[in-house]
Amino acid sequence: MTSSNPVLSVVGVSKSFGDNEVLSDVSFQVGKGETVCVLGPSGSGKSTLLRCINWLERPDVGQIHLNGEPVGVTSGGVVMNDRRLSRIRTRIGMVFQHFALWPHLTVLQNLMEAPVQVQRRPKAEIRDEALALLAKVGLSDKRDAFPARLSGGQKQRVGIARALAMRPDLLLFDEPTSALDPELVGEVLAVMKELARSGMTMMVVTHELGFAREVADTVVYMDQGAIVESGPASEVLGAPREVRTQSFLSAVI
Amino acid sequence: MTREFAIVWAHKDRLLDGFANTIWLCVVATVIALVVASPITIALMAQNRPIRMLARGLVDGMRCIPFLLFAYIVYYGFPSIGINLDNWGAGLLALTIYNAAYMAEILRGAWVALPRDEIEAGVAFGFSELRLFRRIILPPLVLSAGPVIGNQLIQIIKDSAFLTIIALPELTHAASSIQSRYYVPFAAFITAVALYWGLCLIVEAGVNVLRQLADARR
Repeated sequence: MTSSNPVLSVVGVSKSFGDNEVLSDVSFQVGKGETVCVLGPSGSGKSTLLRCINWLERPDVGQIHLNGEPVGVTSGGVVMNDRRLSRIRTRIGMVFQHFALWPHLTVLQNLMEAPVQVQRRPKAEIRDEALALLAKVGLSDKRDAFPARLSGGQKQRVGIARALAMRPDLLLFDEPTSALDPELVGEVLAVMKELARSGMTMMVVTHELGFAREVADTVVYMDQGAIVESGPASEVLGAPREVRTQSFLSAVI
Repeated sequence: MTREFAIVWAHKDRLLDGFANTIWLCVVATVIALVVASPITIALMAQNRPIRMLARGLVDGMRCIPFLLFAYIVYYGFPSIGINLDNWGAGLLALTIYNAAYMAEILRGAWVALPRDEIEAGVAFGFSELRLFRRIILPPLVLSAGPVIGNQLIQIIKDSAFLTIIALPELTHAASSIQSRYYVPFAAFITAVALYWGLCLIVEAGVNVLRQLADARR
């Protein structure tokens, strides 16, 4: 997971909530087209790490770079203003555990909202892309429905399409299937597998070991706010070196 | 009795003029009150404590003044501090400012109840500051607060009747002047009440439409 021009580089990130250190000195890189799965018990800091990458949570220390550009803090060490941070955030797509679709907008409007309002790209072009994305996630017939009328699996596929509509350099998934009924997990994972194969750069916090085994280039195992072990999926999942990884995997399987 | 209503009917133009003024006044006051309330709501939700406390003080203070007194202050009192308004200006200002405080509190309540995830998604997708409020926070806010805002509009309609005391030619003022000239209090006031009632029914119908829009999105 080290490459000369990583899409994402995280160096020495730590974060505490009060006395509770949730991330301690986390460093890693994600290369272009790579899919990284982050595993670990709940409370291990996986989601906080993901949220620090686009500064939904502000790291206490550490540097984050997206395609070589600093996120959150300028190279001069100054915290960015909202506007500048927002511009960088448009290049990092995010898929949420509880979907977080905008309830007042239709499916198609959800996809078009940020590209039109924030990126200010031509509307006709955005619309064409959005319709193509809906076709890709198999929801063309739902374009005029409101999110409240969709099943969980459909909502999450809209969530993924909404993130893709921004043409992001990096896609973050925060436990994208954890809130779904078991029978709906498959349809979302199928879309994600397809994305990974098409060369999207993805970082996925998940409990789906099967998905990680099949799709991940790199698996990161976290515990108590630190990276315990990371490497190719076959190694970390197949022959973990660390005792903590071994016991986690045997408990989950 | 029939004779009384016949007198009122004969002066229906006057009553309808007053009714039209009441409608105009209340609609304009509601729209401006919502516009004024938006930044107050943002201040009520601000991270910055002094800003939040100032907004809180203004809103609470305003809500504890009887509207009639407030209208007196704006019309009769403001000239003492160099602000001279005619009865229209004073009436509209009083109605607007007074209800902006209520609207701000209504919007704040709805904002607190809004799911955090969706706002956070807005932030993650690059919305910030005013654009975040306008595009991501405000629309669901209006949908969920719609029925309460409608309720407040009914309050505004009833409060506007007080403005007869600063001789604003609204519905109550028209009914009052008809009854005092011809001494037909029952007929004049009952007719005015019926018109207020009809207006409130229309507001209720509007609220129901908004409620259906909200239900389709919930």
